[in-house]
Amino acid sequence: MTTATTTRPDLPVTGGPGRVVRPRPSGGTVVFWAVAVAVPLLFLGVFFAWPVVVMVGKGFVADGHLDLSGFAEVFSRPRTWRIVGLTLAQASIATVVSVLLGVPGAYVLYRRRFRGRGAVRALVTVPFVLPTVVVGVAFRSLLVDGGPLGFLHLDGTFAAIVSALVFFNYAVVVRAVGGLWERLDPRAAQAARALGASPWRAFRTVTLPALTPAIASAASLTFLFCATAFGTVLVLGGLQFGTVETEIWIQTTQFLDLRAAAVLSVVQLVIVAGVLVVAGRARSRQERALALGAPAQTVRPLTFRRPAGRPRGDGHAAALGAVAVTAAVVVLLALPLVNLVVRSLRVGDRWGVDHYTSLGTTGGALTVTVWQATLNSLRVAVDATVLALVVGGLVALVVSRRPRRVAGRRAVAGLDALFMLPLGVSAVTVGFGFLLSMHRPFGLDVDLRTSPVLVPIAQAVVAVPLVVRTVLPVLRAIDPRLREAAATLGAGPGRVLRTVDLTIAARSVGLAVGFAFAASLGEFGATSFLARPDRPTLPVVIFRLIGRPGADTYGMALAASVVLAVLTAGIVAACERLRAAGTGGEW
Amino acid sequence: MASTISHPGRSPRRARTLMTAAAAAALALSGCSAIGASGSDGDATSSASGSSGTVTLVTHDSFGLSDGILDDFTKQTGLTVKVVQPGDAGTLVNQLVLTKDAPLGDLAYGIDNSFASRAIDEGVVVPYTSTAPAAKDGEQYAVGDSGALTAVDMGDVCINTDHTWFQQHGLAEPTSLDDLTKPEYKDLLVVPNAVTSSPGLAFLLATVGAFGEDGWQDYWTKLKANGLKVADGWTEAYMTDFTAGGGNGPRPIVLSYASSPPYTVPDGGTEPTTGALLDTCFRQVEYAGVLAGAKNPTGAQKLLDFLLSDEVQDDIPGSMYMYPISSTATLPDDWAQWAPLATKPFTVAPDEITQNREAWLADWSETVIG
Repeated sequence: MTTATTTRPDLPVTGGPGRVVRPRPSGGTVVFWAVAVAVPLLFLGVFFAWPVVVMVGKGFVADGHLDLSGFAEVFSRPRTWRIVGLTLAQASIATVVSVLLGVPGAYVLYRRRFRGRGAVRALVTVPFVLPTVVVGVAFRSLLVDGGPLGFLHLDGTFAAIVSALVFFNYAVVVRAVGGLWERLDPRAAQAARALGASPWRAFRTVTLPALTPAIASAASLTFLFCATAFGTVLVLGGLQFGTVETEIWIQTTQFLDLRAAAVLSVVQLVIVAGVLVVAGRARSRQERALALGAPAQTVRPLTFRRPAGRPRGDGHAAALGAVAVTAAVVVLLALPLVNLVVRSLRVGDRWGVDHYTSLGTTGGALTVTVWQATLNSLRVAVDATVLALVVGGLVALVVSRRPRRVAGRRAVAGLDALFMLPLGVSAVTVGFGFLLSMHRPFGLDVDLRTSPVLVPIAQAVVAVPLVVRTVLPVLRAIDPRLREAAATLGAGPGRVLRTVDLTIAARSVGLAVGFAFAASLGEFGATSFLARPDRPTLPVVIFRLIGRPGADTYGMALAASVVLAVLTAGIVAACERLRAAGTGGEW
Repeated sequence: MASTISHPGRSPRRARTLMTAAAAAALALSGCSAIGASGSDGDATSSASGSSGTVTLVTHDSFGLSDGILDDFTKQTGLTVKVVQPGDAGTLVNQLVLTKDAPLGDLAYGIDNSFASRAIDEGVVVPYTSTAPAAKDGEQYAVGDSGALTAVDMGDVCINTDHTWFQQHGLAEPTSLDDLTKPEYKDLLVVPNAVTSSPGLAFLLATVGAFGEDGWQDYWTKLKANGLKVADGWTEAYMTDFTAGGGNGPRPIVLSYASSPPYTVPDGGTEPTTGALLDTCFRQVEYAGVLAGAKNPTGAQKLLDFLLSDEVQDDIPGSMYMYPISSTATLPDDWAQWAPLATKPFTVAPDEITQNREAWLADWSETVIG
């Protein structure tokens, strides 16, 4: 049951019905779309744009008037150019490596079926949420002289930073590309093969172009994450590999040189905007009608032996190559995680679960037990996820429209890019911006800065782009004929939206919930600068435990990290199951 | 219109989606939500510290007192303490400076001597002289003569060594800063980064105190030539690079605190396996001060007095890992035995630190990081 669908609903579909003459939009429709655009814009404006503008503005206003001399000064420092160069180098290399490794990974984990696939998918997502301080321990204790991988002499090198960035972002590529590849109808590639193309040529000319929008999307996400990585860079490489992000952190938190920080924030914004434009172009140039199928038809079991009756040169060797690459990557990803588990089970000279039993105590270093902190984390994550889902869902719905007018299309593309920005702007700028702007916002008698409400909101701002990137591809792939058929049969616009868009979009909700939940559980960026009330979350507790001497608190910190990892993997796996159950036979 | 996309596979999926939505709603409603739960904690989103019944303490991430201590304060004064923690110790003062027109609370606690002058110069805190007896003990650490900051606790940042490693290798342990540049200790030292870590900055200040404003750069050049390793923070240095920090790293000399050794007494053992070199220390002092523009300045003063009471002072070593300022407070037994403070720590005046911090750190980065 495969249906040809298109990602460009405004393109005439060959052989399809003629364009339905659309009635003038009713008042209700207009109101609905106005609200759908206004709510996310208001949310982003109040909780992201405004704090950033206030913070950056503070750096450019001296004695009441605009002072842009900071640009000349900051750019005359040779250090600035080195930092910009290092930022671009780190982020681009890490993005390229993530894509090169992630595409075969997407093939193996989403296009092939094998026992334990769900577990492997969940495993590769775990690094995405681990606090940097834990990854620092897990990674560096492998790389340090005398450690298991000490012979590589990678500790404190550029290569160590890049591998850690890949460690964090591999899952982003695998999931984004895998989500599309899983549904890609194999018959186009098969047709090319039947016409005499080699497997490589068929992949290059048929499959790869079809995947390009997803790859561009994943690459831009990865680039944003890498360009704003902060802890990873400092912990694994140190200041000699400082980036724009680490420099903003130093100028703001250590020197309070807001002028330099503001200039660097603008530099960061320019880099990020440039990347979003390039990625957007790559995406739209390749975006076209795609034949999608249900995973049931496209996913084949993984076999090591060539299936009987298949001729040589059928790409089986390439598939095995992808399996080998992916297996190697999974082992490399698992190494630091296994290292973490092993160390958490080490009690003095023996093995035991003592550190896990002490999670029920405060360990003498905490105000709450680790389990209470876990509950706090879950509560915050529920709020953040609900918020991100509502806002991100509306954004995806709006952005999935293809207005007929050029101006409208541009506006939609702009909105799409706008909601990616929270991933590309420094957490320090946002966090300090909150402190500056959330006291009596808009004259309301509310001090939001010290309110617990701000924590899930700050996390939702970061989770919204992930929700959009997950839901959007599905909405864009909806066959416009479904909507038209619904309209022809007499459904009002609201009913079409409800029965077509929302019903189909709901299938990706599981994945989006998993992503948003995971992002919230691990978020330690802007949140760490909020005046959080004393209700610590799991990453905060881990941070406190690992900041004290003593083998016991160290062991407890590692055990708590394992809990965070298992919790995340569990939630991601549950959401995958939800999705798998939801997609069966839909198309 | 359901008929257009109706399909046999749809109903169970839809049921599942509904179930999920219902579960999510139930979770949110049943209080599995921070926003939902905030009301029950008596958290006032409006007028954070407006009523006389609440006093808001602004402090760093490492703050924490044993259970029940802040409740005792409430019993004594009728005031409820709300704690807000906007970041780590290094960023606290800058956050206070940025928010001074609309302070985050009433009392600031956790401003250390490397940032103390900035807090006073920027007018973040206002003078208050506590009548608590411990306030006298802290007078020797007074910053300037404004009386705006009161010393509450202190600690010594010192070089620590792993006794076991040195015994196994038959090498005599270093005792002074100069020893660390000797060839026999090549590739053995790890310190946290002075720019990104507050103990790292404290060690830089120790060398400024020891070798003078013009001599410390040479010392660091020698350290670097002798195989110095710079880790990002204390956690990375102590937990990953140090041989006795839990991570079984490769380096037996680390920058840590005078109070670290008691935590290395092995299970069943009686003595710590590490020690602090007391001739290499810099003293960190943590201050509290009433915030300018506090909504509840009297409450803030009462809370500051309470921080100086022996009830809190006795609790500080165990819960915050610093030494009490009060001379009448009791130290935990293992601290009394294994964690003496330095008798002559290196010092640099707070206003000198504020003036030179940026230049010194730039110099340090140039010399050490390159």
